[in-house]
Amino acid sequence: MGGPLQELRLAPDGPVVRLAPEHKLIMDLIEDGSRVMDLGCGEGDLLLALKVLKKVRAEGIELSGACIQACVAKGLFNVHHGDLDEGLADYPDKSVDYVILSNTLQVLHRPMLLLREMARVGKKCIVSFPNFAYWRVRWWLSAKGRMPKTDRLPYEWYETFNIHLTTIADFRDFCRVAEMRVLQEIPLRTSGSGQCASVKLLPNLRADAAIFVVEEARAKDPAGRPLG
Amino acid sequence: MKKPGSVGIVETKYFTFAQPPNELELECGRKLGPITLAYETYGTLSPARDNAILVLHALSGDAHAAGYHKPGEKNPGWWDIMIGPGKGMDTGKYFVICSNFISGCQGSTGPSSIDPATGRPFGITFPMVTVRDIVNAERVLIDHLGIERLLCVIGGSLGGMQVLEWVARYPQRVRLAIPIATTSKLSAQAIALDEVGRQAIMADPNWRGGDFYGKAGPRRGLGIARMIGHITYLSERSMHQKFGRRLQDKTAYGYDFATDFQVESYLQYKGDHFVDRFDANSYLYITKAMDYFDLAQAYGSLEQAFAGVKTKFLVISFSSDWLFPSYQSKEIVSALRKVNGQVIYTEIQTDYGHDAFLLESEQLARLISNFLGHGANSL
Repeated sequence: MGGPLQELRLAPDGPVVRLAPEHKLIMDLIEDGSRVMDLGCGEGDLLLALKVLKKVRAEGIELSGACIQACVAKGLFNVHHGDLDEGLADYPDKSVDYVILSNTLQVLHRPMLLLREMARVGKKCIVSFPNFAYWRVRWWLSAKGRMPKTDRLPYEWYETFNIHLTTIADFRDFCRVAEMRVLQEIPLRTSGSGQCASVKLLPNLRADAAIFVVEEARAKDPAGRPLG
Repeated sequence: MKKPGSVGIVETKYFTFAQPPNELELECGRKLGPITLAYETYGTLSPARDNAILVLHALSGDAHAAGYHKPGEKNPGWWDIMIGPGKGMDTGKYFVICSNFISGCQGSTGPSSIDPATGRPFGITFPMVTVRDIVNAERVLIDHLGIERLLCVIGGSLGGMQVLEWVARYPQRVRLAIPIATTSKLSAQAIALDEVGRQAIMADPNWRGGDFYGKAGPRRGLGIARMIGHITYLSERSMHQKFGRRLQDKTAYGYDFATDFQVESYLQYKGDHFVDRFDANSYLYITKAMDYFDLAQAYGSLEQAFAGVKTKFLVISFSSDWLFPSYQSKEIVSALRKVNGQVIYTEIQTDYGHDAFLLESEQLARLISNFLGHGANSL
């Protein structure tokens, strides 16, 4: 959500994927050859793009059987039907380079549980979400007195899966409570054509979405190795 | 994509091996030989011998997985819906093999076969076989066909157990594995149901301690065992949808012990139909093999069974399958993840219960053909 999906052809005669606006920015954050997990991977478009363009070892977890079918049809070999609210018990600590939670935070029942699990399993986590303090959202509530409906939050209040919306400022605080260190904060504004530009000034007001790169906040020794 | 078709008329072939003194050594400590395996193949083996799929059947299956034996035959092979030109396992691309496993009764050596030592059927002097023994025999057939590395092994239920054993035992020889509606070990509940079926057979006076060949045979006992089996293959919901409380050929209760309800008639029909084609002793042996199967016990743990394995897995379970519930597939997936294996897991939402294996063919065909297609092209 948040503007039209952008089509990207991965190779001259290769597959075409449809990426959300912030996916290209997320891809830029990931080194070639990384081990990547996408939680709520949908039809596998981001995973396939990462696999083909960045040669990652890709895996995904997804709730919808129809989406799993689509992932298999794309040639992804590591996807599984699962409920993110159950956590990531099968994965050892720090066994994945990047765990991605893209535009899925707001539909989770237990965001604290999953984020902490992500920070346990992943060396780094990349979380993207719509910013509920975006000025348009504020305007709907404060000026119109109505439940907000924007490009990033298009659903009717009675049909939405979004149960845990947050703002950039609140997510920053949440990271502290969840014992996660913020490595990068990338507030974004999405244009009508689905391009994302980063927002420098007054991000909590002017960004409709954000990407956060976080890691588990463990004390480190002078050499940079985690303690405990 | 061309319209799916049939493999047409097929011929069952027979392969005999393990002639004394080279009998097959079994897990129980005894030996078995000579062994004959009935098998069928569909499609053409590629020059590189890299497009072979081994289909592993379940308790009551046989080598005849697809096509017809004679023109005008009414019923094709048991998985004809999945095997053929343009189907889930496209015989235009793949060479599909299906064999009847040892202890079966449909062409392969089993308790109803003649013991060369006595000239009479084995009966229950036939040795107890395990899933590992079954897979070891299958491996000899695959060697005989000149196939070094199978593209895929696929099966449901007991067939799925064979898939797991194939990968654990011969990991270098299997590129892709598709275990469907299966488990790495049966639950106590499933063992209990197998035992009730066996007791029904052994309690039938016509079982005669397994020595009933040429005589009446334990038709009632085997029929009852099959009735129990059929109940386990359905879900409560699917039984309700299929039969409800509807009466069979009646408008009022009979107030006697003749058939009243449609579900009773269905079970009787299924039971009667089964005894015409299946050997009661085979039923005993095969259910025992299922009960004994315990991959974690055999290899130390599930993780150890799959450690270092490069085979790619597609694990499938059915939401309403209470005989092989999803948690058992998830255990397999969990073990594979812990050892860094490549695994796809999906639970198909269905009311059909364990039967969904043969009924949810559209969803299965899509998963299987996509997995095979990409798997064949990957390293």
